[in-house]
Amino acid sequence: MKLSSANRTLLFGAGLLAAYQIVIGIDRMEAEPIAAYTIAFGALLVSALLLIILGFDALEAPAVGIISTIIPLALSLGLIWQYAAAWRGAYLLFAVGAFLAVTLSRAAPFANSIRVALIALAHGISGMVIFLLPLLSAAQAKTHPMFALAGAGGALIGIGGLLLSFLKAGKPITSKETALKIFPAIFFFATLCFVIGFKYR
Amino acid sequence: MNALLKKIKLYFPLIKSLQTSLLLLTGVAGYLSAHNGVNWAHFGQMLPSLFLAISGSTILNMWWDQDIDAKMKRTHQRPTSAGKVTRREAFYLGMAVSILGVSWAVLLNGLYGLVVFAGLFFDVVVYSIWLKRRTCWSIVWGGISGAMPILAGRVLAVGQIDAIGALLAAAVLFWIPTHTLTFSLKFAEDYQNAGVPTFPSTYGEAFTRFAIALSSVVAALTMGLAAVWIGVTAGTLRLILVLSAGLFFLAATTVFRPSERVNFSLFKYASMYMTFAMLLIIP
Repeated sequence: MKLSSANRTLLFGAGLLAAYQIVIGIDRMEAEPIAAYTIAFGALLVSALLLIILGFDALEAPAVGIISTIIPLALSLGLIWQYAAAWRGAYLLFAVGAFLAVTLSRAAPFANSIRVALIALAHGISGMVIFLLPLLSAAQAKTHPMFALAGAGGALIGIGGLLLSFLKAGKPITSKETALKIFPAIFFFATLCFVIGFKYR
Repeated sequence: MNALLKKIKLYFPLIKSLQTSLLLLTGVAGYLSAHNGVNWAHFGQMLPSLFLAISGSTILNMWWDQDIDAKMKRTHQRPTSAGKVTRREAFYLGMAVSILGVSWAVLLNGLYGLVVFAGLFFDVVVYSIWLKRRTCWSIVWGGISGAMPILAGRVLAVGQIDAIGALLAAAVLFWIPTHTLTFSLKFAEDYQNAGVPTFPSTYGEAFTRFAIALSSVVAALTMGLAAVWIGVTAGTLRLILVLSAGLFFLAATTVFRPSERVNFSLFKYASMYMTFAMLLIIP
């Protein structure tokens, strides 16, 4: 399936937004969340560039399942560090453990059901954190109400990540064509929501 | 007027506009990396003088390589190899444009002119005429010539060859193999037919991929070091780090999971990397 000009533009826009976030959007934070967000938005940026270069063929790469897991894990780790300090240690362990487990399950001859379960666990928990934490923080007036947009971005990136990860694991949620058609838009709007949300954090 | 436009249209492909633009951008980045304000009289003359010198050397390369270009699928449509521009015409045009560019550069600033001339000399005489058909290591000299525009820009801004200028030049020098070696892998048969020695034909594909990965790592490290020394913001440094990580990732993939697709993406990504890196060291 060929990448249309509109999709190319959306991916380029997502890349620029991710670059903006890395350079300006995450300044004046502690070192740990800066590192976590740099990894997350960096993975978004490099993924956007590779998609622009290779088109949807890039999604055939074996590393896609891993990269699509890095993004929500790193984002959620940054959010936990900033807004749920009591959970820092436990979540760091979970994030590192989930990343290693997903990577190992893709590198070693694991049963497909285990791969799918690991992906679902990593995406499920990190997705819920990215979705709920900004919403709760905004609802409890701990942050600006617009920070809730980061939660919307989390929901979108969660959907995108799940679509891709399950597609790669051979258990597609929707048809490949549909998943690919909507993916660049999900990518762009998720990044946009994050950038706006973080601006008002 | 029409005849002139026709000539310009005919000559335009002789300057490899994308490559020339990227080299010109490195010159601009080198100048602006000094962060000491823009002398518009200098900057306004640097652009055309550098453009003319780079274009002149590219035209002279096409003049010299007309016979091998004609043997290669990738290049046989170039104006010189397709017979649209005669060798004599390309030679005179290349010499005129080169002399104009270098003279302008020398008049603007002696040291700047010397660096611009060195770039042209290394590219045309050392790389193309002397070494390209003899050894695959000619790309080192091609790399040195490619590193001259960024050094020239820096020299014009600071008035001397300083450590940052040398680092920036080294970053471009080490980046160039990533670009040219992936190209030589993709068009290995073409180069073989034309009798041009390349890394893949001399040392094999595995060694070439290793050389690509190594040069990518060194280029990214050098660029990072130069960026730190220039004093870019922490955010900019983070972005350079992320883009470098992408380059490492692709370079490592070419070594451990080689494929045509990975090779192509590294080639394209390396160009994007250099473009972004140049934009990022500009304040």
